[in-house]
Amino acid sequence: MHSNLFIDLAYVAVAVVFILGLKAMSSPVTARKGIVWAGWAMVAATLVTLFFPGMQNFALMIVAMLAGASVAWWSGKKVAMTDMPQMVAIYNGMGGGAAAAIALLEFTKGEVHGMVAAALAVLGALIGSVAFSGSCIAFAKLQGIMKKAFRLPKQDAVNIVLAAITVILGLAIISADHPGMGWIVVFFILSLILGAIITAPIGGADMPVVISLLNAFTGLAVGFEGYVLKNPALIVAGIVVGASGTLLTQLMAKAMNRPIRNIIFTPITGEAAEGEAIEGTMREMGALDAAATMRYASRVIIVPGYGMAVAGAQHKVWEMTELLEEAGVEVSFAIHPVAGRMPGHMNVLLAEAGVPYDKIFDLEEINADFAQTDVALVIGANDVVNPTARTDKSSPIYGMPILNADEAQNVIVVKRGKGTGYSGVENALFYKENCRMLYGSAQEVIGDVISHVKSMG
Amino acid sequence: MEGIVYLYVFVLAAFTGYEVISRVPVILHTPLMSGSNFIHGVVLVGAMVVMGHADPDSPVQLAIGFFAVFLGAANAAGGYVVTERMLAMFKSDKKKGGA
Repeated sequence: MHSNLFIDLAYVAVAVVFILGLKAMSSPVTARKGIVWAGWAMVAATLVTLFFPGMQNFALMIVAMLAGASVAWWSGKKVAMTDMPQMVAIYNGMGGGAAAAIALLEFTKGEVHGMVAAALAVLGALIGSVAFSGSCIAFAKLQGIMKKAFRLPKQDAVNIVLAAITVILGLAIISADHPGMGWIVVFFILSLILGAIITAPIGGADMPVVISLLNAFTGLAVGFEGYVLKNPALIVAGIVVGASGTLLTQLMAKAMNRPIRNIIFTPITGEAAEGEAIEGTMREMGALDAAATMRYASRVIIVPGYGMAVAGAQHKVWEMTELLEEAGVEVSFAIHPVAGRMPGHMNVLLAEAGVPYDKIFDLEEINADFAQTDVALVIGANDVVNPTARTDKSSPIYGMPILNADEAQNVIVVKRGKGTGYSGVENALFYKENCRMLYGSAQEVIGDVISHVKSMG
Repeated sequence: MEGIVYLYVFVLAAFTGYEVISRVPVILHTPLMSGSNFIHGVVLVGAMVVMGHADPDSPVQLAIGFFAVFLGAANAAGGYVVTERMLAMFKSDKKKGGA
């Protein structure tokens, strides 16, 4: 495939702007500028590509571009912040699918030449297909289309056998001079199934890690297909994302104290939740008592969870915080690294509600403070405050660092019902002496608390 | 020789990716992930190239190419919109009750 110097230089410039754009995302001040630069670079890359030598099929190509871009643009504009993780997952899956389709088309045309190119094409196709079907499953789960964790009997064995067959088939395709289309199609189908069955059993707190991992996968797939096409923009952008995504995935897995291997192969499904029996009973309290407890406290730490996000209660929570602060209470927010369904998701939701950054603390920054706090208000969070993770070796979440909400003088848990959290693990915190349950949707409950606090003057 | 040059590109790009994000604060992890998601939307360029060189008389090739371009465009556009929306909320001016 021939190209010319101008187009190649344009691709190099685009790659440089992408890297600078990502770099700008290390600070909230420059982040927005960074993405806008990268956006213009993407437009430039697309326009330049139209002048690539020997191109045809323009009409159909432009229809495909406009259709894909407008569907995604429209859905991205209207999605609620709460539902952002599944949108990120599905867009990512589309990138993986595109990378896999590039490989498939190159094989169909018989244009993959040489062992290295064939190996990278196959590898990119495998990773891209896994990212595509895996992301579709992740989307379905987060969107609530797929409710239950789905686990095949002998799941691990099935995974390994399927992966082995896929790899062997891949090797056969690499070593063949002119691989048969039948084998190639079977290879793609197996790769897609592999992505789906690996992702299907994963849920709960593991979801952010999986989304991040699939994002890194798509980056790698794009980079590998970039080699097949001899396109520097694809190689650089893909590999940069692959590497940064891998780092992000590691950081998150570390935050949960679970190796990535365990997240994939021994997911928390709730089935293994027998653990130690928890003694005691859950005690209820009303909104009035909760309001009084916080209004006359000197220090309150709020632990927001996905339940708050789903109820859309972040604005009400901030309104309550402002009222309490006017009454002289010191209020801060404690965020677990995997709160929400995407790394840092909770920060985005609180930013949306206008909570200033200096009130928001990470687990390490705030964990020691709970012991000197009058009230820990847990809103729709469950697994991230479960003390079982510290004590019960048989629990599937054992070893995961948690927010020490149980060490506060009083704990108030806002929760819709008595059920367990996303992981399905029973929460020992709810049965503790210093804990009271405040049942109801976070939106309504916090609204009631606000009116009671107001009436206390 | 050419292969080695590409190997350099791979290795250096990997280091760059690692370095570029290693100091990103936790509060920006979500926009960063969505932003890097947008960046790999450059796969659109590759999809355009392969589709542009597909045989116009082969419906199979055109269909696969169409699929690739459609997905690539959706990845790029969706990734951009979502990231931009999230970062807009991290603006430094505090119009909505921030301190």
